[in-house]
Parts: sequence; structure tokens; C-alpha cells
Amino acid sequence: MALTLDIDGPAAPPRLNGELVFDEPWEGRSFAMAAALAEGGLFTWDEFRDHLIAAIGRWESNPMGQYRYYERWQEALESIVEELEIVALPEVDELAAAYAARPPGHDHRHGDHHHGPDERGHSH
Amino acid sequence: MADPTNTKDRLAPAVRAEALESLLAERGLIKSEVLDGFINRFVNDVGPMNGAKAVAKAWTDSDYREHLLADGTGAIKELGFAGPQGEHIVVVENSDDVHNVVVCTLCSCYPWPVLGLPPEWYKDPAYRSRMVREPRTLLSEMGLDLDDSVDVRVWDSSAENRYLVLPQRPDGTDDLSEEELAALVTRDAMVGVAKVSAG
Repeated sequence: MALTLDIDGPAAPPRLNGELVFDEPWEGRSFAMAAALAEGGLFTWDEFRDHLIAAIGRWESNPMGQYRYYERWQEALESIVEELEIVALPEVDELAAAYAARPPGHDHRHGDHHHGPDERGHSH
Repeated sequence: MADPTNTKDRLAPAVRAEALESLLAERGLIKSEVLDGFINRFVNDVGPMNGAKAVAKAWTDSDYREHLLADGTGAIKELGFAGPQGEHIVVVENSDDVHNVVVCTLCSCYPWPVLGLPPEWYKDPAYRSRMVREPRTLLSEMGLDLDDSVDVRVWDSSAENRYLVLPQRPDGTDDLSEEELAALVTRDAMVGVAKVSAG
């Protein structure tokens, strides 16, 4: 059975469903990091799910600002890598602070990957 | 920057994700190209069109329909759709008397191989709590008015089960091919917040 890919119909790929899969590039990176680590066997999806539920629960018991799903996802990812002693959070804090302090135009570390800079309002 | 806890709260998640990616890459645990591959796969290749094909096949092939209802994961794998979050797919069938709708009250469990990643509203706290508390009202707000005689069943996804709704085939579609039928099936219908219309 060979059905052709429906490009324009209602069941078209998610990018054409009137809604982006990821609103910002970093959301895709955060999603993919969890997927890659789970596939690599560092943790199971069920273990990640437990951290995600906890991160969502923390926000819901004390809502601050607008609910942003991938912020909770990133928090879950940080908490699981910390628990497994893969990366210590102060290390993330430190490097993130260094990245945040970069002058505009100096943040294309990965060349064409283009993640991070735009959300921080850097102009060209 | 003196108080790291405070800094953590204020720094944009974008820059935290970037930092974490660098640290994981340094340890040889992830590769940038692998992440690109995952993103590309979920943005371009895995999405509701997969579930739509399973639904259209179930509408046109009663053996497949039975297989899909008895063993969602197996029947879906038969079409070539597998992967993370697709291990325990349970298919629930709508009828004139029963309308099924899916939610994940605790987080965002969703059958990725057949629907892709969930839309924003599915992950929203309001949807997650209200679909359990007042499904008819919420469905109505989302544009689906159900007759009082219809039994509404709300399925809470979990690590054990990921639900997919098999919607009712719309009237007036007897002449359509499986491929044409698949084009009518929407993501929302397979979550249960809409019906399939003949177009």
C-alpha cells in the first residue's frame, strides 16, 4: 500500500496544520536532547515523563507568568541530567550566563544552527 | 550573577538549552546532527497524516479495523509507523452513541508515531483539567456540540496507554478511495475534539 503524502489536506504534516511544532528554535533543541538521550539509553521515556510531570506540577502549584510547555520540558531535562549526575546545574547556570552576556552578533557558535540568539532580541 | 539560583530563574530557557547542549556534546552524549535529525523527523515526517492513513484503512477494511481496535500498536506498526511513545497505543472507536476524547491530565502523553507532537492546546493546563471536569462544555467551546444522548468518554493518557480515537466515517463518502478518505481525517478528530466532515 503506497499512499502519497498529503501535502495540503487537513492531515498534512504538522508544519502545515496552521501551527508550528516548535515556536522557537530552542524548543526543538530541548525536545531533541531528551529524545537523543532517551534513545542513547541514558534514561527511559517513562523516567523523563516523571520529571516532566514534576516540573509541570511545580508550575501549576505556583503559576508564574504565562505557561510555556517547553520551559517545563527544559526544566525536566535539567532535573533528570542532574539526578543522573550527567551534568551539574551550576555548570549549566554558569555557561548559560556566559552565553547570555555575549555581545550581539557573537552568538553564532554553531554557524548555521541559529539557535538561541533571536529570542534574546539581538538585532543585526 | 552572585546568586546562581536567582540567575537560573531569570535566564531565558533558550540560553539554558544552548548551554546544556554544549555540555552534553562535550561529554560525547549528543551530536548536533542527531538533534537536527530528530527535529527534522518530527517537524516534517511524523504527524497526523500517519494516523489518518490508519483511520482510512480501518474505514475501508473491516479486518484491519478489528486488528486496530484489538492491538493498536501492532496494527499501526503494520503500516510502518513506530517509534517513541508508540509502544502502547489503544484505539477507541466513536459511534452514534459514544464519543471518545483524549487528554493527558499530568503532562502531555500523546501517540507520536500516528499524530506527531501534540498541539499547544493539548498541553495547556486548562484543557488538561477541564476535559476531565466538564468535557461537554469544553468540546462545545472547541466547536463540537454533542447530543445529550451521546455518551462522552474521556481517556486519560499515561505511560501505559496512549489513546487514538477512531472517528466515525462521514456520510456521503462511499465513493471515496482510501487515500481520499485519509485526506479528510484531521488531527483534532483523532484526539476527539472534532468530527470528520465529508469536506
